[in-house]
Amino acid sequence: MTATLTQDAPIERSTGYWAGVWSRLRKDPVSLACMAVLAVIVGACVLAPWLTSHDPAVGSVILRLKPVGTQGHILGTDELGRDMLTRLLYGGRTSLVMGAVPVALALLIGGSLGMVAGFVGGRVNTAIMRSVDVVFAFPSILLAVAIAGAMGAGIVNALLALTIVLIPPLVRVTEAATTQVRRLDYVEAARASGAGAFTILRVHVMGNVLGPVLVYAASQLSVAIIMAAGLSFIGLGAKPPTPEWGLMLNTLRGAIYSQPLLAALPGVFIFAVSLSFNLLSDGLRQAMELR
Amino acid sequence: MIAYLLKRLAAAVPVALAVSLICFLLVQLAPGDPLSVVLPSDATQEQIDATKARYGLDRPLVVQYALWLGNVLQGDLGTSIATGRPVGAEIANALGYSLSLAALAAGMAVVLGVGLGMVAGYSAGGWLDKLASAIAISGVSVPHYWLGIVLVVVFSAELNWLPAMGAASGDPGLTDRLRHMILPAIALAAMPMGIITRSVRALVAETLGREFVSALVARGLGQGAVFVHVAKNVAPTALAVLGVQIGYLMAGSILVETVFAWPGTGSLLNQAILQRDLPLLQGTILVLAMIFVGLNLIVDIVQPLFDPRISRT
Repeated sequence: MTATLTQDAPIERSTGYWAGVWSRLRKDPVSLACMAVLAVIVGACVLAPWLTSHDPAVGSVILRLKPVGTQGHILGTDELGRDMLTRLLYGGRTSLVMGAVPVALALLIGGSLGMVAGFVGGRVNTAIMRSVDVVFAFPSILLAVAIAGAMGAGIVNALLALTIVLIPPLVRVTEAATTQVRRLDYVEAARASGAGAFTILRVHVMGNVLGPVLVYAASQLSVAIIMAAGLSFIGLGAKPPTPEWGLMLNTLRGAIYSQPLLAALPGVFIFAVSLSFNLLSDGLRQAMELR
Repeated sequence: MIAYLLKRLAAAVPVALAVSLICFLLVQLAPGDPLSVVLPSDATQEQIDATKARYGLDRPLVVQYALWLGNVLQGDLGTSIATGRPVGAEIANALGYSLSLAALAAGMAVVLGVGLGMVAGYSAGGWLDKLASAIAISGVSVPHYWLGIVLVVVFSAELNWLPAMGAASGDPGLTDRLRHMILPAIALAAMPMGIITRSVRALVAETLGREFVSALVARGLGQGAVFVHVAKNVAPTALAVLGVQIGYLMAGSILVETVFAWPGTGSLLNQAILQRDLPLLQGTILVLAMIFVGLNLIVDIVQPLFDPRISRT
């Protein structure tokens, strides 16, 4: 009987909480619009091979830098005569993965470190938080450029550099949230009733820390996508002929004067995705009634 | 106050050392043998050993770090592989360009950010707040290198009002330099402007909701006098945000300088990356990171002037 009580009660309550968050989020037109924009862009990138018949790597010498609206190439062609829409969709796959993977990894690593630091406290906390402080002594983009620059160009190197840069802020946010929760009565009560440290972390701490950490991670997705495309833009990260939004912005710079709209197009997608994640992060924060 | 100052200075030393250690280790991350650049591929073992000894590469890593740090403290940042010139001289050349650009951008970001943030905080919930917040979140979300390209397209290519590239055209002079600085400075200022606006807005809205403000109004203080009190309460936290943002702005110039071919530290980094010039990369990162450490130290020192409680803790 006790088993059903202790297991069922918190699960019911937590679905209730998330249902409440969702119902508030659903009433916010801005958040809904952002989710729609993200769904369309991500969906189109995932379904790229079925949405376009062009090959992202194959161009035509006679069809170089055709303007937006050209017959057969709705968004024109790039400097090597490759279909822009196709390149943008396939490029989105690279850019979105390069932005999302570091955030997911940082969420996993930074979140765990932060929970341990906040929950255990004492020397463990000092050790983790002081080592994290060292990374804060660098502006994040500078450290990312430094690491990727030393290791050399390449998507994996850029992913690694971005993950290292994104871990510390997530450690701080998780640690702060965990430290707050740790002192609350119900955690003490759980401990007094004999729950192990792992159970308390998983059941009682995780549920309360997840909210603020997810809100923060959503805003980090925006930062990560801008930085990932930025690394490719300066020659770190994706290498030609891989389609990638930042790299496309760079290779199209020669067309600024002849085809300005075309040259700016990849940035519109970076901006749209990054803006959507930021607005969604704000909407989530409001829906969760965080400060 | 003096004790507080000394404590902050003492706390900055281990941070600076840690930064230097990371910069030193940066080169160890690089794939391949560093000697392959200076040695022919058919070098004998004796030649390899001799070169290793000459560069101190045969010693333990700790000793190498100590030697390197000693050189750095004497102003010797090594020699650029690509140009053969001292890295310190290359950076000294570029730093002025970057600092002047950063100063202009920081000015724009602070004036606009604090102004918009104040307006938004005072009219929280109103249409002015919505407008300011929309500008702010666009600033935070826009990839600044793309904003730079868009600015060039509009103001250089289409309208032909401002130059698109470099730091000077035919006639050198202050106006010419400023004309070259406006577009990159705007691109650079967008993100810090947004973050400062958002922080100041939240701080002002929160402060206005506190009891002491109602008490001041109840005592019959005018709008201006109440504003002074609000500003005083907002200043310390706002200052910390400004410090961090100005540091980020200097680092962010890597991308913007690439767009505008601005001859600063960002272009230097770009050049180092393209030519795999590791001493140049290492030196530039070290100098920029140290400037960031210094900025944070200045914020720490200035903050208690606005909020004496900080120096007492």
